[in-house]
Amino acid sequence: MRLEYFQMVDRIVSLDRDERSIIVSSQVPEQSTIFEGHFPGYPLMPGVLLTETMAQTSGWLLIALLKFERMPFLASVKEAKMRDFVKPGELLTVEAKVVHDGSGFAVTDAKISVCDKLKCNAMLTFRHTPFPNPELRGHMEAVAKRIGFPEQLVS
Amino acid sequence: MSSTFDQVATIIAETCDIPRDTITPESHAIDDLGIDSLDFLDIAFAIDKAFGIKLPLEKWTQEVNDGKATTEQYFVLKNLCERIDELVAAKNA
Repeated sequence: MRLEYFQMVDRIVSLDRDERSIIVSSQVPEQSTIFEGHFPGYPLMPGVLLTETMAQTSGWLLIALLKFERMPFLASVKEAKMRDFVKPGELLTVEAKVVHDGSGFAVTDAKISVCDKLKCNAMLTFRHTPFPNPELRGHMEAVAKRIGFPEQLVS
Repeated sequence: MSSTFDQVATIIAETCDIPRDTITPESHAIDDLGIDSLDFLDIAFAIDKAFGIKLPLEKWTQEVNDGKATTEQYFVLKNLCERIDELVAAKNA
């Protein structure tokens, strides 16, 4: 996890297109300027970044289901619950599954756990469109390679 | 259609917090009820689930953008309900 680059996903652990589900792992860094402000003397992972982590995890699942032809963009966050603190250095297990596949949009349920303890969860809606330009698609392909996105799913 | 309309009107009222009695078959979802595209995603989600269909929003939007259809054809509620009934019938055929 590189917070300053918004790289929230370290590695895809499993991705099941039939089950429309994904599990990724991500290590919260020990040090970050973000923790200097959130909060001084009591560093915690901000809820918005946990939400972003769930969104990126869901996003990789959707990219796989959309055969790497379309890019999902976060449209809404519902029922987001920050159930427990996430601290620097913790290893996150992030899970997401598609609960609805609409026309040009999709809805996922996502959650983050640490050592099997649920830390947060949310229902996320995404709009998806064809990749708006080759540059973004190229960037996503490079990230896909880094995080272990199944090569056979990159068309 | 009336049953479909009742379900759709209830979905819209609950999803967008619009008084149910202000929603009529002649209401235009965008122009009259002020539903924006993001709220309409929630409505589409609820309609898809309730009727077991997939509203072809992308196709409709493309047709409107290309001038091949008007928003009234898809977003006036009585017309939307007709489209829903067609999709349900096609699914059950």
